[in-house]
Amino acid sequence: MNGFDLSLIFLDYTIRNVVLGALVLGIVSGTLSAFAVLRKQSLLGDTMSHAALPGVIIAFLITGVRAPLPLLIGAMIAGWIGTLIMRLITAETRIKQDSAQGLVLSVFFGFGMALLSWVTRQPGAEHSGLDNFLFGQAAATVAEDVQTMAMVGILVLMLIVVFWKEFKLISFDMQYAKTLGLRVGLMDVLLTTLIVVAVVVGLQMVGVVLMSAMIVAPGVAARQWTNRLGVMIGLSAMFGAAAGVTGALVSSTALNMPTGPVIVLAISAIVVVSLLFAPERGVIWEHIRQLRRRGVLHAQIARQRLITDSKRPAISSQPANQPVAQPIPVQSGGSANAKGVLKP
Amino acid sequence: MVTKNANNIPLVIEDLTVAYREEPVLWDVDLTVPQGALMAIVGPNGAGKSTLIKAALDLVDKAAGRVTIYGKPYAEQRQMVAYVPQRGSVDWDFPTNALDVVTMGRYGRLGWIKRPTKSDRQIAYESLVKVGMESFAQRQISQLSGGQQQRVFLARALAQDAQLYIMDEPFQGVDATTEKAIITVLKDLQANGRTVLVVHHDLETVPEYFDHVLLLNVKAIASGRVDEVFTPENLRATYGSRVDALIRQGVEA
Amino acid sequence: MTQFQIEIQLVAVLVAAACAIPGVFLVLRRVALMSDAISHTVLFGIVIGFFILKDINNPLLILFAAGAGVLTVSLSELLLRTGRVREDAAIGLVFPALFSIAVILITQNFQNIHLDVDAVLLGELAFAPFNRVGDVPRGVVVMGIILLINIVLIGLFYKELKLATFDTGMAAALGFSPALIHYGLMTSVSVTAVGAFDHVGSILVIALMIAPPAAAYLLTDRLGRMLVYSVIIGAASAISGYWVARELNVNISGTMATMAGVLFVIVLLTAPERGLVARAIQRKRRGERFAVEMLLVHLKRHEYTSEAASENTINHLVEELNWKPKLAQATVQRAARQGWIERRRDALTLTESGRQTAVNLLAR
Repeated sequence: MNGFDLSLIFLDYTIRNVVLGALVLGIVSGTLSAFAVLRKQSLLGDTMSHAALPGVIIAFLITGVRAPLPLLIGAMIAGWIGTLIMRLITAETRIKQDSAQGLVLSVFFGFGMALLSWVTRQPGAEHSGLDNFLFGQAAATVAEDVQTMAMVGILVLMLIVVFWKEFKLISFDMQYAKTLGLRVGLMDVLLTTLIVVAVVVGLQMVGVVLMSAMIVAPGVAARQWTNRLGVMIGLSAMFGAAAGVTGALVSSTALNMPTGPVIVLAISAIVVVSLLFAPERGVIWEHIRQLRRRGVLHAQIARQRLITDSKRPAISSQPANQPVAQPIPVQSGGSANAKGVLKP
Repeated sequence: MVTKNANNIPLVIEDLTVAYREEPVLWDVDLTVPQGALMAIVGPNGAGKSTLIKAALDLVDKAAGRVTIYGKPYAEQRQMVAYVPQRGSVDWDFPTNALDVVTMGRYGRLGWIKRPTKSDRQIAYESLVKVGMESFAQRQISQLSGGQQQRVFLARALAQDAQLYIMDEPFQGVDATTEKAIITVLKDLQANGRTVLVVHHDLETVPEYFDHVLLLNVKAIASGRVDEVFTPENLRATYGSRVDALIRQGVEA
Repeated sequence: MTQFQIEIQLVAVLVAAACAIPGVFLVLRRVALMSDAISHTVLFGIVIGFFILKDINNPLLILFAAGAGVLTVSLSELLLRTGRVREDAAIGLVFPALFSIAVILITQNFQNIHLDVDAVLLGELAFAPFNRVGDVPRGVVVMGIILLINIVLIGLFYKELKLATFDTGMAAALGFSPALIHYGLMTSVSVTAVGAFDHVGSILVIALMIAPPAAAYLLTDRLGRMLVYSVIIGAASAISGYWVARELNVNISGTMATMAGVLFVIVLLTAPERGLVARAIQRKRRGERFAVEMLLVHLKRHEYTSEAASENTINHLVEELNWKPKLAQATVQRAARQGWIERRRDALTLTESGRQTAVNLLAR
């Protein structure tokens, strides 16, 4: 990589926008990733990001402009229609959720691509930014985009703060929540909508194909480090932000480097490290604990053998077919050794 | 017959019918739960026991029938009722501790947006004490045993300070200590004038734990005081012939 | 139709058929999203293979693609086994990472080569006739071979697949390794995906692996029929997609995916028994019959009692059973039509057959 001057973040207009945009993306998607993971809606990100494409294009066709807000709204509507169709299919037929998701994902996206190909054949350069939605292109982020994303992001975070206990309760025990009189359906719709919004906000940065990682990974990583919901959400947002900024910086300074993949690699690395090394839950620590436990167990068994053998010094001189009651099976070689050691 | 002056009866169910696809799960069920009763709902698998209480709590749709709590529809009386669902209905790997789960029982009184107050947390803590779980207050719930989780659920309901407690198989798969702890709490509630309705799976303990019982198998076979209604004939009518083995073990009124 | 058009459609139909076959098992085994994951990670396999083989047309690339598919599944299983990641989350972590590596490698090293990332998603069917092997488009040869392989594999391992899909435990007990079957299936998916890539791109592969089998799932209970219907619906999606795309001058793959969706929706609505329309009708009839049953039972219960006069009237039904007046009226009429009740002004009484029916209902 070329030599990199950190002050560029503040001085260079493009890089500043890119980094800010990635920061917002990371925080918003990270926060909602925590909820998505807890509510077992992990793959919603994948489905929604693909389903959003026709929404974006139709919004563009209607408004004629590549402004962020209408495109966001279009993406959201398409995302919601996709969710409704999925729910309809799983509720009314024997088709399971994974097939419903795959269906909506591929058909909507295919439809979107067909639309896109039609749009790109139309005169006018306004649509050029649309294919950035495929893989994300940070460099295309302008100040207006960042402002919109930031406003949406603030709205999302505010809603989470306001409805904190409601979201917590429906994520943990929806039926009980209903008996308390909580408007469970409303809250469910709201939270799912926020997840859709998070997906849509991130699309331009990370691209359709990779958005799923941003809705799954931060939450999975954060869960390994804490048992407290508040901390988990904060960590998740931080991880998202870190990955976002890393990806944005690397892609805007290196040649020909698309943003999405770098962000995804960054967050994947965070997940791997978290899974392996997080205190308590980390896989490495558990492995060590297991080995230790096994070591302790072996030591205990060995001690038992010594004790048992010391109580029957004549074992090795008994004929083989004499029944000898022993708590743990002992090889004759071992008992001979033990006897040798413990000879009074 | 519509009981219009039932303002002092905790739960009245009339003509309740619930269907799932082709088959009726509950058919024309009537039930009156008297004030201060400690009542068990028993019946074979698929008898509709859980469905009965879920229908009473508006958690499933009714094909027909009416449910009143102290004379009014359930929707108007939520504060009077506390629900203890089956343990398996949640994912216990959720990042939170026991005290927090119990505090959730206060959310109904708080209404929208407001946060639990110190007094709410105090009440939650005291509920944990009542079920003997106070030392686990800060413990992550996934680290709790099955019996401990059950007690946390019970504490959550206690924190609601309701008049009528409805529980779904609270004794399922818990150790003996927990079972004793739970039944002590239930009898305590009864002594304090509350009413308790429990979906129960173990016929043997019915006479010991409960004073009222509903025998259910899609239809209500019999309901009333245990010493009057928990008879071999009624049991046979509810469970079929295999209950004879149970009867031989001495399960009689 | 020109030869050009025929060839394109032929390739498309071969792709559809080749995808439908493993797709049926993906849907039945509830791992449909593996098609999403694998169709993206084969790119990773191709890139690594290209690094090593240096030739984009080398048939050995298929091995690398298959390897990538196996890698995807293995990594997902690995994550699952930590016990800290759920199934769907595991998939959602593995394939974006591998795909990202592939994209980075491509954009850093291969800007000039045919590996155009856009094409990865969509392919370009229109070019199929231009790429020939002898007299025949390369697409026909490649997809034909893959289709043949898929058919042969399914034929050979039909009973193992069937058993392992419906009863993993029993399959293992009988000595058929479910793991082997699983990996075998994923390998088939990978090979099919990489073969189809050139022409249709990953999105259509996913659509063709899921939508036609899902539609077929609504049409039949029999595995054999499900396979046949999937192939037919897939082929129909391909052909109709081609003509619509030609007409509107839009991307062919995207349109085919859309048509797969359209055909699915049509089946969803109109399938006999399991379609939405059929179910709505069933539900209505069941509800009507239920209401009549409740009416009869209610009348029987209150018959010959002192409250009979007040209880067994229509108005009372509305009150007591919580029925809307229209429902009460309709139910009474239905019951009367069956000859089960008699209606004298407001009062309702059971006929002999009505009473017998009620008794049977109560005895149930």
